[in-house]
Amino acid sequence: MATAAITTEREHYLNKEYGIRSWLLTTDHKRIALLYLISITFFFFIGGFFALLIRLELLTPAGDLVQADTYNKLFTMHGMVMIFFFLIPSIPAVLGNFLVPMMIGAKDLAFPRINLLSWYLYIIAGIMMLHCMVTGGVDTGWTFYTPFSTAFTNTKVIEAGLSVFVAGFSSILTGLNFVVTIHRMRAPGMTWSRLPLFIWAHYATSIIQLLGTPVLAVTLVLVVCERVLGLGIFDPNRGGDPLLFQHLFWFYSHPAVYIMILPSMGVVAEIVPCFSRKRIFGYQAVALSSIAIAVFGFLVWAHHMFVAGISLYSAMIFSILSYLVAVPSAIKVFNWTATMYKGSVTFSTPMLYAFGFIGLFTMGGLTGLFLACLGIDVHVTDTYFVVAHFHYIMVGGAVMGYLGGMHFWWPKISGRLYPEWLGKFAALIVFLGFNLTFFPQFILGYLGMPRRYWQYPAEFQVLNVMSTAGSTILAVGYVLPMVYFLWSMRYGKIADENPWGAAGLEWKTASPPPTFNFEETPEVTWEAYNYDQIPAPAEVLIER
Amino acid sequence: MSEHILSSKLYYGIWIALMVLTVVTAGVATIDLGPFNTIVALLIATSKALLVILFFMHVKYTSEKLTKMVIISSIFWLLLLLFLSLTDYGTRYAGHG
Ligand SMILES: [Cu+2]
Repeated sequence: MATAAITTEREHYLNKEYGIRSWLLTTDHKRIALLYLISITFFFFIGGFFALLIRLELLTPAGDLVQADTYNKLFTMHGMVMIFFFLIPSIPAVLGNFLVPMMIGAKDLAFPRINLLSWYLYIIAGIMMLHCMVTGGVDTGWTFYTPFSTAFTNTKVIEAGLSVFVAGFSSILTGLNFVVTIHRMRAPGMTWSRLPLFIWAHYATSIIQLLGTPVLAVTLVLVVCERVLGLGIFDPNRGGDPLLFQHLFWFYSHPAVYIMILPSMGVVAEIVPCFSRKRIFGYQAVALSSIAIAVFGFLVWAHHMFVAGISLYSAMIFSILSYLVAVPSAIKVFNWTATMYKGSVTFSTPMLYAFGFIGLFTMGGLTGLFLACLGIDVHVTDTYFVVAHFHYIMVGGAVMGYLGGMHFWWPKISGRLYPEWLGKFAALIVFLGFNLTFFPQFILGYLGMPRRYWQYPAEFQVLNVMSTAGSTILAVGYVLPMVYFLWSMRYGKIADENPWGAAGLEWKTASPPPTFNFEETPEVTWEAYNYDQIPAPAEVLIER
Repeated sequence: MSEHILSSKLYYGIWIALMVLTVVTAGVATIDLGPFNTIVALLIATSKALLVILFFMHVKYTSEKLTKMVIISSIFWLLLLLFLSLTDYGTRYAGHG
């Protein structure tokens, strides 16, 4: 193991300092990314645990595993944990934190200490949420709908609301940091038109985080005020308007879906050219469609309220605008596909996840068009059709992209390779498990099974059993990568600086990178994705 | 980054102005101005927000393009929220008599 001995002697961000203090007080964006990785993984498994309990209850038509009250808490905690403590931070706070400075040739983010602060806010919010959970939980659904949340339920709405409020600030700070970094810290020659699409996606995401999250924060404060002080803001009995809550809530929470999916799109835009050995097709269109998604995403929120009592005129406007978001999303899908056309495609693990993303996101997106259509939406509102639709986007899309990105950049993060065959195997399991879990839910919803009930008529059982079976397979697919990533940190093959033969500045520095990313500030003289100039590494070629 | 140092006098002045405006808000709430109730309340609130943005957040003295961009887009996004909500509130009871 002579090579191992030499590589471990080299100083990098992981071995520069040791001890708990050096991690908890670090301002290195790469170390903060790892702190985030550990924390969001923890919450992912908590949220997943709730999901499995939900699926277990729905194995049989009768409400036999838990009572209705407990079931309400289960889906609420599942939603809150998965959305605010896993999906929103997932790619931006882990991969974005690690890669944004490196991809633009910077030493760190613009505000390293604010970056650490954002992690501490996340942890404080997480502890509040855990405390809320073990002392009784909430049953409002992750949406906190009023007047139930302010006037009726006797569960821990205030603590959950404040927890999400704090988590929101963590998210705002991450977005702020990215915007300033991307504007100010680009290496010489790294013009806007040379930025990797991962950066464009994160820029668009940051816009949403900065401009949307404050509205959620204010809305939650209003909920707490109404509940504690009895102000009449949303409660009709006190002169408020419950739909005002929904307007404000969805003004953030629809774009929040794009906080989850845009970074995944950025990941896919990196993986697809690399394993097709081609420059991305339509760079500008893909870059600008990220911005278009971020902006259009703010114009569609009331499609969540079609049956809630908004005016028909308003519903029609929001329906048309909702169709509009499909355009930039479709531009992306077509451009990724066009990139693969006549490329030399390798079916490596990250590419399998990218394929999974493209397929599942397309299905999620197309069923979104069903829901944008007023007539169909009336029929399927609050059914499992909606549940299936948003899980195709948020799990089939966002989580697939996250896992793809984790595999793609794992050699850079850890300096080790994961076992490729296990990676492919897990990707396959995830894909199969996912579809078995959620495809039956489309049918269930279309047949009329409502969401958020702990029991259902016996005729729905077969499809529910399929869904529950799928969820256990999916769980295996999610545990596997965690196991072999941990294994690879010690026993994995040593990765060189660019094991995939990928373009991008992050691959031009050592794996794992030194603390300040580059020995000297790089100067960029080439366009992004110049795969015609980069030879594919032998190992990848063999696997084709 | 052009650091602009402002005298603490100015800060206290702004603070007092904010306090006075708060008292005015509370005072005005006890007088019935008819349709102007909301308008006056919003005017006072907007001027308070302006004071905070211009002085406490140093926007009056910034030459930074990025800062201006953030402020302009925030205002634009606020207008989006108000305008698109009004498509509902403006027409919700039309036809209900
Ligand atoms: Cu939506």
